Amino acid sequence: MYQYIIRRVLQFIPMLLALSIIVFGLAKAAPGDPFSGKILDPEVGMEIYEKQRAELGLDKPIPVQYLRWAEKIVQGSFGESITYKGRSVESLIKERFLNTVYLGLFALFITLLVAIPIGIYSARRPYSLLDYGSTTFGFFGLAVPNFFFGLVVIYLFSIKLGWFPAQGTLSSNKLTGFAEFKDRIHHMILPGLTLGLASTASYMRYMRSEVMDVLGSDYIRTAKAKGMSNNNVLYKHTLRNALIPVITLLGMELGPLLGGAIITEQVFNFPGIGTLFIGSVINRDYPVVMAITLLLGVAILVGNLLADILYSVVDPRIRYD
Amino acid sequence: MSSQPVLDVQKLKTYFYLEQELVAKAVDDVSFSVYPGETVAIVGESGSGKSITALSIMQLINKPGRIVEGSIHVKDKNLLNLKPKQMTAIRGNHIGMIFQEPMTALNPVFTIGNQITEMIRKHKKVSKQIAQLKAIELLRIVGIPRPEQIIKEYPHQLSGGMRQRVMIAMAISCEPELIIADEPTTALDVTIQAQILDLLLEMQQRYNMALLLITHDLGVVYEYTDKVIVMYGGQIVEQAPTKQLLSLTKHPYTKGLLSSLPKMDEDVERLGTIQGTVPAAYNFPVGCRFSTRCPFVMEKCKQTNPELLQNDTDHFVRCHLYEEGGESQ
Repeated sequence: MYQYIIRRVLQFIPMLLALSIIVFGLAKAAPGDPFSGKILDPEVGMEIYEKQRAELGLDKPIPVQYLRWAEKIVQGSFGESITYKGRSVESLIKERFLNTVYLGLFALFITLLVAIPIGIYSARRPYSLLDYGSTTFGFFGLAVPNFFFGLVVIYLFSIKLGWFPAQGTLSSNKLTGFAEFKDRIHHMILPGLTLGLASTASYMRYMRSEVMDVLGSDYIRTAKAKGMSNNNVLYKHTLRNALIPVITLLGMELGPLLGGAIITEQVFNFPGIGTLFIGSVINRDYPVVMAITLLLGVAILVGNLLADILYSVVDPRIRYD
Repeated sequence: MSSQPVLDVQKLKTYFYLEQELVAKAVDDVSFSVYPGETVAIVGESGSGKSITALSIMQLINKPGRIVEGSIHVKDKNLLNLKPKQMTAIRGNHIGMIFQEPMTALNPVFTIGNQITEMIRKHKKVSKQIAQLKAIELLRIVGIPRPEQIIKEYPHQLSGGMRQRVMIAMAISCEPELIIADEPTTALDVTIQAQILDLLLEMQQRYNMALLLITHDLGVVYEYTDKVIVMYGGQIVEQAPTKQLLSLTKHPYTKGLLSSLPKMDEDVERLGTIQGTVPAAYNFPVGCRFSTRCPFVMEKCKQTNPELLQNDTDHFVRCHLYEEGGESQ
């Protein structure tokens, strides 16, 4: 098992190398640089801009620029942000990273809390009112784009009803302890719901089909023939098997958890990685864009590994040697 | 035979309500009894209703199936009058069941020990440690080597034959009065089949249980059983003590089944076959259900379904040929 994990982690190295080249190449392939698209001061001569470019190393051939960038990363630095003068990329990401993680975890929490019980219920009473309702909601959740749903909930619950704040993470910096926690949750409910909508819908469908599948299996019949109670059959024998693919999916969720929030964060003006990313793209702040993309890449790789490990933990038939 | 049967099924009807108002009469008016210590076989082709009969006794019929009529008495209790919760105290405790597919019949994510002990603990209300010891003892009885290790293993680590032994260990764990074995050897290698059947019989004698063996293997019937029930199209067509049924076969269907068996002392070019297939349970012919395939079919057979009548001591047959005034009388 440990050998397997080490082998998998070593495989990350070539993958990340390839990823970094692609990320860098794409960033460079985009037209313009940090100075284009701005209203240039006519008093400042073009040579000043050229000098600035040279200082940032933007005049060098692209492979050289890549190597300089990669060298710094290996040394543990993503460089300085171009837009936020003097701020290191790490500090920018660090400041917002936790917000995104909290939002992601909160969305996941809502997803599981809603999807698993409803999925089980629909599987036990297929074609019931609730099953039809959840199926309809499922298609709705998958079909409606995040940004649109986000705007609708802001309009309804924030503007019309005034139940939840429409943006930000905190109403005041002075809050501490439990009051701060409560306020943060309060701010996260709308973006959390929006972010979790699509995955709630798909987890629900997953859960329904898994539970139905397992309920029809031979070993459930055996458990019933042994005289086990309904609750035991459902919550022990059925659930444990039905949750295997869902738990596996959780690991895969890590990447989308960070990356998927980009649009939702933008809609709610939520100070996370997503808003930073969009802002950096608009300002051609390459170091930040590349660092975030790389970070998401790592998250997906780690998430997949996590999924495989979880899989072997919950299913005794899976062994890695 | 002793006075009171352990299992008494009367006029059992299990129907499946399919789409478009189709009703599949999978079990249609089946009555039989099993006495203590007795081994009774139910034989028939696929689709004859033998497994549904077994599942009906256990009340494990899933929708759209339903037991419409009849009674199933285990000792003095009619199982059909029990509440679902009371029924869980019967299953496993008074009736053990063994299924056809050992490969899928055990839950893949729990250890063998867990799956045996949860049952003992449920019915016998003993501590975990005692149940554990009992599970080890049971595995040893059914011939599993190193039972102390096996209880910690998962089903996928065992072979099909071993898994069926585990199933038998579970079925006998609460020492039920009756064991229902639904084609327990069909999925196993020929070499293992005899071992499993011998084990079943040994367990039956050891614990003095009755055994209801569902099979389509007449060789097994001959060797292991006291009484045979032949089913066709959801109904019993012939029922007799094993020796009598095999030597004085009456129903054309049973004759067809027997002629399809190879015999040691005869040299035949081709084994006998029964033309056609079992009609679907929602599409039985109006008269005798076997009339579409019967070599002796008469005009009468196509109009009325014969009753199951006593033909000899303990020998019952459902065929117009053996009714009063029938040709064979």
